[in-house]
Amino acid sequence: MTKTSPSKVHVTTTINGQEHELLVPPYMSLLDTLRELIGLTGTKEGCLDGNCGACTVSLDGRIVDSCLVLGPEVDGKTVDTIEGMATSEGLHPLQQTFLEEAALQCGICTPGFLVAAKGLLDNEPSPSEHRIRHWLAGNLCRCTGYDKIVRAVQKASN
Amino acid sequence: MHPFAYVAPNTVEEAVTVLNEHGDRARPFAGGTDLLVKARANAWELDAVVDIKNIPELMNLTIGKNGLSIGAGVPCYQVYENSEIADEYPGIIDGASIIGGIQIQSRAGLGGNLCNAAPSGDGIPALIVYSAIARIAGPSGTREVPVEEFCTGPSRTVLKPGELLVSIEVPKPAPNSGAAYTRFIPRNEMDIAVAGVGVYVVLDDSGNNFESARIALSAVGPTPILATEAGDSMAGKPVDDKIIDTAANLARDAASPITDMRGTINQRKQLIEVLSGRMINQAVERARG
Repeated sequence: MTKTSPSKVHVTTTINGQEHELLVPPYMSLLDTLRELIGLTGTKEGCLDGNCGACTVSLDGRIVDSCLVLGPEVDGKTVDTIEGMATSEGLHPLQQTFLEEAALQCGICTPGFLVAAKGLLDNEPSPSEHRIRHWLAGNLCRCTGYDKIVRAVQKASN
Repeated sequence: MHPFAYVAPNTVEEAVTVLNEHGDRARPFAGGTDLLVKARANAWELDAVVDIKNIPELMNLTIGKNGLSIGAGVPCYQVYENSEIADEYPGIIDGASIIGGIQIQSRAGLGGNLCNAAPSGDGIPALIVYSAIARIAGPSGTREVPVEEFCTGPSRTVLKPGELLVSIEVPKPAPNSGAAYTRFIPRNEMDIAVAGVGVYVVLDDSGNNFESARIALSAVGPTPILATEAGDSMAGKPVDDKIIDTAANLARDAASPITDMRGTINQRKQLIEVLSGRMINQAVERARG
């Protein structure tokens, strides 16, 4: 008999370097798992259908929309969120350049942009402007017009 | 959203068993980029999702002497970041690299794109022109269906209850062949095709004549369309503007689009003609290497 009742799923996952053991409803998104079960509310809900990128997190080193990942899927995996970007030493270089370039206004899209931009710079330290714009196409901002965001990412790159 | 159970089997057999038990109230779950959107919109009421990403066969990506095998759960980035696939199957890369943005490409794959059966699916025309085969497992064993016959309508496929797409098998391209896919969208990226065209051509050794060709269209009918007459019109003919224009016109004739918020019938037919000409030329360029 296959077990298919919507009972909670036992999940062990590493979030921002820390191991968490959770019981997750099988239909709960990773976004809600982070926000509601763990209290990491830095990751934002935007469109809830994979268009806006506000909920971007890194899953095993690849950026994903956490609204389109199920909590149970991250068992045994590594998740990195906006809360893991700054360290005790200070802000991540991208966070610093976002401030310097005023790359945010209302701020709702910012955690998603920062996690997405980090995903780019971690693998490609010197991307072209075109590459930055292409990489960030899955993140929407309704305030800045993007130029300031692109400038901030360029400033943080080598 | 209707609460569903999460099942993550390790074998095709287990997945088929669960899918078969639930009929259309269970769905295979790979990247989730279509499934979760449809479940949230209550377009699908599900009792179970079957995560297929723990099944090795469905996550396999192999390029070898006999062709390319793409597991149904393999995400787009694994396809387009593979330099061997990029060399041998550029048409597939053209499609896989424009589905959604980077976040979506981390999860969404060509298998899901095919099973979602959107007429605008950017991954499908290239698979059709490369004569790819869908390998399907079900309660009564496995079967194979040419990709051009896989989609039967918007969001409809040949998959019967309990059946599961295992992989897409793409034959090795012929010598002197080339392929390309593009779509028209009003934005730069992150958009759904208004119209799209995939082309595969085989040239003779001189590179001046078509031996054969296949053209497939997206977003201009209830399913992706194999424009057989358009492709066949080039077989045995010289590579010149007149032959290419004729094929592009026949591709236009094969399109049966609707008018909706993305475009009108006339605009879409016009786009098919223009994009067909461009993609034939690009496929020829790639064939000449």
